[in-house]
Amino acid sequence: MTIGLFVPCFIDAFYPKVGIATLELLERLGCDVAYPFDQTCCGQPMVNAGCHPESAATQQLFVDNFAKYDVIVAPSGSCIHQIRDNLTAIEQTPEVVHVREQSYELVEYLHDVLGVREFPWARFPHRVGYHDSCNTLRNLGHGQPSELAGGYFSKPRTLLETVAGIELVSPARPDECCGFGGTFSVTEPEVSGRMGYDKITDHGAAGAEYIVSADTSCLMHQQGCAKRIGAPVQFKHIAEILNGDAA
Amino acid sequence: MSAPDPIKSRNSPKAAREAAPRPDKAGPGERQNHRKAARQFLDSPEHAKSHDTRVWAMRQRRDTAAETIDEWEALRDLASQIKTHALTHLDDYLEQFADNAAANGVHVHWAGDAADHNRIVHEIFKDHGVKKVIKSKSMLMEECGFRHYMEGVGIDIVETDLGERIQQLDAEDPSHVVVPSVHKMRSDVAEVFSKTIGSDPDNDDAYYLTEQQRQHTRPLILDADAGMTGANFAVAETGGFVVCTNEGNADLSANVPDLHVASIGIEKIVPKRSDMGVFIRLLSRSALGSPITQYTSHFRSPKPGGEMHIVLVDNGRSKRLGQERFWSSLKCIRCGACMNTCPVFRRSGGLSYGATYTGPLGLILDPSIDAYRYSNLPFASTLNGSCTNVCPVKINIHEQIFEWRKVLAEDDQIPWTKRKTLAAAGEVLANPKSYRTAVKSAHSALKYLPGWAIYNKLNAWGQVRDFPDVPAEGTFHDWYKKNRMPADAATQGDH
Repeated sequence: MTIGLFVPCFIDAFYPKVGIATLELLERLGCDVAYPFDQTCCGQPMVNAGCHPESAATQQLFVDNFAKYDVIVAPSGSCIHQIRDNLTAIEQTPEVVHVREQSYELVEYLHDVLGVREFPWARFPHRVGYHDSCNTLRNLGHGQPSELAGGYFSKPRTLLETVAGIELVSPARPDECCGFGGTFSVTEPEVSGRMGYDKITDHGAAGAEYIVSADTSCLMHQQGCAKRIGAPVQFKHIAEILNGDAA
Repeated sequence: MSAPDPIKSRNSPKAAREAAPRPDKAGPGERQNHRKAARQFLDSPEHAKSHDTRVWAMRQRRDTAAETIDEWEALRDLASQIKTHALTHLDDYLEQFADNAAANGVHVHWAGDAADHNRIVHEIFKDHGVKKVIKSKSMLMEECGFRHYMEGVGIDIVETDLGERIQQLDAEDPSHVVVPSVHKMRSDVAEVFSKTIGSDPDNDDAYYLTEQQRQHTRPLILDADAGMTGANFAVAETGGFVVCTNEGNADLSANVPDLHVASIGIEKIVPKRSDMGVFIRLLSRSALGSPITQYTSHFRSPKPGGEMHIVLVDNGRSKRLGQERFWSSLKCIRCGACMNTCPVFRRSGGLSYGATYTGPLGLILDPSIDAYRYSNLPFASTLNGSCTNVCPVKINIHEQIFEWRKVLAEDDQIPWTKRKTLAAAGEVLANPKSYRTAVKSAHSALKYLPGWAIYNKLNAWGQVRDFPDVPAEGTFHDWYKKNRMPADAATQGDH
């Protein structure tokens, strides 16, 4: 069985370490991973803005690149939500249906499919605030959102808690949106920025040295906000922690 | 008096007061600019922070209240099913309601739209020589521009809900369906009251201000010719309706004058009185986190010697009922929970929406009222989905926001430049070579000036946050080619 590794455009361009950590981690766990060379993007930027037809060619390219793999894994919740739920601007051929049904976000893949519960190579002796991105939390079911009654669980925290030395801290508003929101970040920059500053401040007040997430897009926004307001907090993708990358 | 007034002693010094923000509202025929109005609200940092804190506190109280009920999520399911059933049999239940209300001695009227509503109520008032009216809070009457209409025909309307009264005296729209003046600080209220009802401008104690308003409004209540209420629920089985308030003001409005007129949206129908056992448990817990509103008043027939009228209003509701993707928005019971949980609403304030319905609810209702005017609103969301989870009747709010974006794009209601930029992005992203070139130029551009092909307004990113660094190892693609591919294959895939 071969995994097609999807490295979303902004990770490819700005956070290659996240892609490398994902690839290495899956390989450590015994997976056969291929990187289709002509991949670009899942088509989310256009769809997020309501422009579905403008996304069709990108969606088709995605399917052309990935249909040959048994499963597709990406270190990005929002992209997997796009592929699974919104890859609808093109004809729903058996290839498209296969790609949509067999796409996994990394944490889901580790937690639900591979069932991994230990990362003996990983050590991260820091206070970590985990950022539940809205897409992983509410669209992919990473955990129980704070506004739903009862039944707390969190797949990413279950994995992170096994990492040696790590201390998880929680902000006062545990799963408040950070304000990235795709095109929202540039169409409503003032509100988006305010939400970002508030999020970082809340994590800082909880004592977080690092903000860790399964969504690099949220982290890119928060990192930019943190630099702007001079907050000392640092950022890591969960793949980097679980792969044992030195802090 | 030598002893300090205990009320005055809690005042904030006047010098520390920040002026109340006045976000722009689109004029007739214009498009509401949510971004600009939100920025205007955020430009008043004390107000913005206070608003976020207070509205978040309502969300937290809601969570606590929900946790006390083991069957909370089952109750939401049940409420959703009852509303779905009522809406899919609306014609039958409306007739049943109207027949039963008439049998109870109530005059029933049907209004196709806002103009009908205002005209019908005006005619009732003319028949009774009404000049002075007291009313409780009603989003439907806001929707109909009722107060404005009545001002035009010389009939005085006095709001009896405290928040709504503040907004009336300030000539400003309500900003939230449950707490209409939540965007104001005490100092703003002190200023409004000092100018309108003659309170001490330097006293912004909440108790003092409330009492001033009470003393000012009580005589108006006793002197009114007619009272108006809305309704939270209309029960088909009995022909009665239920009004929920925390101030008892609906009871004063309904019971003090001899004439009671209730304006009710046709979607408020529920089949049975026993359904109240579901909705009353959900409503105030969702709204404010209290188990029940202070007053839950059941009205059924006119008081002895009095007269009661019900105006059933459509105003676009039956059209929405026919919209496959949006009909379920009619399930809404106006609790405001979606607003309280919405991180955008909490930061931007309700006035930034420039509409009767604000927050996530407004995002899905307002464009169906005027697609051009409110075409910005479905984009005033991060699509985080929390609104859907708090909704007591399980409306898929965030999915409808997403669908509205699609509809507005299809109807050419999004700006031309945005459309063109996204089309260009779509072309770049559909072609691996163009994409690689775009990333390369973004990397070189970022070393000198900010910019990246995907973003339409490049400086919008940089206005509030820094761009990411260009990674030393280049792209993942470069890294993979260098480290994981045999030399010949790497050359072949060289783009």
